[in-house]
Amino acid sequence: MAQETEKEILDLKEVTIRFAGDSGDGMQLTGSQFSDTTALMGNDLGTLPDYPAEIRAPAGTLYGVSGFQVHFSSSDIHTPGDTPDVLVAMNPAALRKNLVDLKRDGIIIVNTDSFDSKNLKLAKYDKNPLEDDSLTGYKVYQVPITTLTSTALKDSGLSFKDIDRCKNFFALGLMYWLFNRPLEPTLNWLTSKFKNKPEILNANETALKTGYYFGDTTEIFENRYAVEPAKLKKGIYRNISGNEATALGFVTASLKSGLPLFLGSYPITPATEILQYLAGYKNFGVKTFQAEDEIAGITAAIGAAFSGSLAITTTSGPGVALKNEAIGLGVMTELPVVIINVQRGGPSTGLPTKTEQADLLQAMYGRNGEAPIPVLAAATPSDCFYMAIEASRIAIKYMTPVMLLTDGYIGNGSEPWRIPHANEIADIPVKFATEKEGFAPYSRDENLARPWVRPGTPGLEHRIGGLEKANITGNVNYDPSNHDFMVKLREEKIQNVKNDIPDLTVQGNTEGELLILGWGGTYGAIKEAVDKATSKGIIVSQAHLRYIHPMPKNTKEVLSKFKKILIPEINLGQLAKIIRSEFLIDVLQYNFVRGLPFRSSDIENQIVEILGGKNGK
Amino acid sequence: MANNIDEAPVKLTAKDFSSGQDVRWCPGCGDYSILAQVQRSFPEINIPKEKIVWVSGIGCSSRFTYYMNTYGFHSIHGRATAIATGVKIARPDLSVWVATGDGDLMSIGGNHFIHTCRKNVDIKILLFNNEIYGLTKGQYSPTSAKGLVTKTSPYGSVDYPFNPLSLALGAGASFVARTADTEAKHMQEIIKRAAEHKGTAFVEIFQNCVIFNDGVFDPITDKVNKAEKMLMLKHGEPMLFGKENKKGIKLDGFKPVIIDLNNGANSVNDVWVHDEKDTSHARAFILAHLADDPELPTPFGVIRQEFKPTYDEGVERQITHITEKKGVGNLESLLFNGNTWEVN
Repeated sequence: MAQETEKEILDLKEVTIRFAGDSGDGMQLTGSQFSDTTALMGNDLGTLPDYPAEIRAPAGTLYGVSGFQVHFSSSDIHTPGDTPDVLVAMNPAALRKNLVDLKRDGIIIVNTDSFDSKNLKLAKYDKNPLEDDSLTGYKVYQVPITTLTSTALKDSGLSFKDIDRCKNFFALGLMYWLFNRPLEPTLNWLTSKFKNKPEILNANETALKTGYYFGDTTEIFENRYAVEPAKLKKGIYRNISGNEATALGFVTASLKSGLPLFLGSYPITPATEILQYLAGYKNFGVKTFQAEDEIAGITAAIGAAFSGSLAITTTSGPGVALKNEAIGLGVMTELPVVIINVQRGGPSTGLPTKTEQADLLQAMYGRNGEAPIPVLAAATPSDCFYMAIEASRIAIKYMTPVMLLTDGYIGNGSEPWRIPHANEIADIPVKFATEKEGFAPYSRDENLARPWVRPGTPGLEHRIGGLEKANITGNVNYDPSNHDFMVKLREEKIQNVKNDIPDLTVQGNTEGELLILGWGGTYGAIKEAVDKATSKGIIVSQAHLRYIHPMPKNTKEVLSKFKKILIPEINLGQLAKIIRSEFLIDVLQYNFVRGLPFRSSDIENQIVEILGGKNGK
Repeated sequence: MANNIDEAPVKLTAKDFSSGQDVRWCPGCGDYSILAQVQRSFPEINIPKEKIVWVSGIGCSSRFTYYMNTYGFHSIHGRATAIATGVKIARPDLSVWVATGDGDLMSIGGNHFIHTCRKNVDIKILLFNNEIYGLTKGQYSPTSAKGLVTKTSPYGSVDYPFNPLSLALGAGASFVARTADTEAKHMQEIIKRAAEHKGTAFVEIFQNCVIFNDGVFDPITDKVNKAEKMLMLKHGEPMLFGKENKKGIKLDGFKPVIIDLNNGANSVNDVWVHDEKDTSHARAFILAHLADDPELPTPFGVIRQEFKPTYDEGVERQITHITEKKGVGNLESLLFNGNTWEVN
């Protein structure tokens, strides 16, 4: 499809585009199609879907605006971009809400058809911003997207409503032209998606091509742009979101352990996709149980764990609040179960579709009694794959519930992933007790894990439960000294995980003035900030925790080599609190809780400010 | 035998099902009878004991799992049916039983209970109904009679109680039955019937709490009252009760009435014949609510049995079907699925 054009193609190193429109305008689809095609072109990329909790908020309103940001580059990048270079605004509300983030000389492509008095009023514009000087400084391209789409589809036989729904493909086609991307990946996607609806398929194809050719033939665009492929590590890549990577990670853990995978779950934003993906993997023997509530989700998983499955439950913060009693049961009965919390804005229902990191203390301490569990956190969308496998491995080896924290940003966001071959992933050893001789349900192996028994094993019938147990026999025991012993034993068992996880590594110098310490989904923003500061001659190091409880053995040693430690977190300082209490090391905090990932420039500014012009030397 | 579970190679006895743990219920508690009847009937259900899993929640009833020499899981309040559901879906080869009470199942566990019934998960639920909270020392429960004076209702409870049979029927349980701790033989029969049933089997057991609600079922089950007040249902037989079975239940439209067979005006042919397999839901509900009229007796036995595919079977069937269609999943092709590109 890449046609010869007379217009000059300018090479750019990186571009950030934000697609914005009404919730019903299909912006998420447009953005993810653009991202997938861009990934296939070999660019590195990061995405940020940002949509309202309402499925279809009233059309034209500010709170109904849905956006999708994609950042792509010819080099290694780690964020969805701080400030968009290009804004595609399908209506006045989308323009008004997103203009503030746009670069000062950025490109705006607006659908002029939607700038009527009704929509302007809904967007709280007194005057049409296309007709006054409020957009001075930006490159504004006014395109009557609705009219052009309707004209192209007037003979399609579709209703006015159906035709209107194709306008996002016109916009997508135009962006493909402007950024020199092929149409084929989206055409192929349309063909498989609408194979049973030929009229919809044809209409969307036509809209996409019309948008593309419009760019080619119209006089309004002076240039096209290209972004060369990134020089990524050799290998085969796919674009992947954190939620899909999580699902794939657990299927992999199931096959690598030889245990059937059982997911007990109740739909909750932004974790539902993991359930949706896993529900499709029936030919991998995956059993998904869409439970009546969050509690049934985890208790069914605990039942499956008792029966010898790799058992997991997926949820977000409010769901964890409901599951915590059952997690305590998992601690007491010492059964392997992985709880995945795709964190969102809280408290309560909070910001269901927005990201946050404020469930760390809940993961660590949210249960009654002393109920320690390993807590892991994925750093990027593709890291969710590896951390899902790690969470499974630790749960099985130590016979314990494990909490895996991801968040709305890395769960929904995507990045190119260098796919590992199946044989590069280590097996997860599983040992079921089968011998009657010497069997005791709460006996201990060298890691302090108790034996796992599949019901159906003759002679090993035994009872477990939530009441305190005597060590070895597993009999109910209320003896004061036994309780003290068991509380400490359960803690020691979890601390043993320390011996089994990689050391904390430092990017940059291993000692110096300033270390930026992060955890979870802020990895990309911190990395980009540190990289940019370093390229300007500032000396600053980065370390990122993926294992939070217990932490890597060398954590204190790493931290003690720096004069200052800055912890940026999308909460009020939860990791900072843990670091202070664990190590008696003071830290600086950087906390913003806006429901959005950090801007790397904000972290970079913090670095500069802390170093006070000293450049870290 | 139903359940696709292997036959036991050796004939077991009641003693084989005792875990040897000291039983710690109050002397005279109805739970002793339930434990004894389960242990007596289990050798006859011909399932090896390692294939049996008992799951319980919290409450006096839920200590049951510790006393059975099978696999057992004494869990948290209200969640036994959800845990049992997980066990059964993960391992359809196991025979999964729930021991629970009226607080555990009908109050905190109400949601899990109705959804287990709705899905027809192949588990057996024994409800030890004593119409009181025992383990927390005597508060009214969701099955306590209105007006009951307890520690939390010193002036009488203003709650309306659940009718457990009606709730189970309404939620779609495919096997619904009632028995009593005083009826040893009858309970054994019902337990065996529940074991044979494929699908959610719900058994309400009238169970006397000697400490906090003593004698609550005496007006029905006591030796002097039972002939007039217990209606023992038998499939295909007329609903007779009373001294020498000379009274019967007749359906007058939707209204059940007592007819006297002594006076010559009525014959046994006028009496409602019990049909467990009756597909009309109306008659099962009439039975469940029979004793709403204080003149009428309380029915015991199998109220309804329906044969329909179970949830766990459905899960297995789908996996088999999709695997036949797509082939056994291959990890390498799963990882490399979709739009990929190569970087050289």
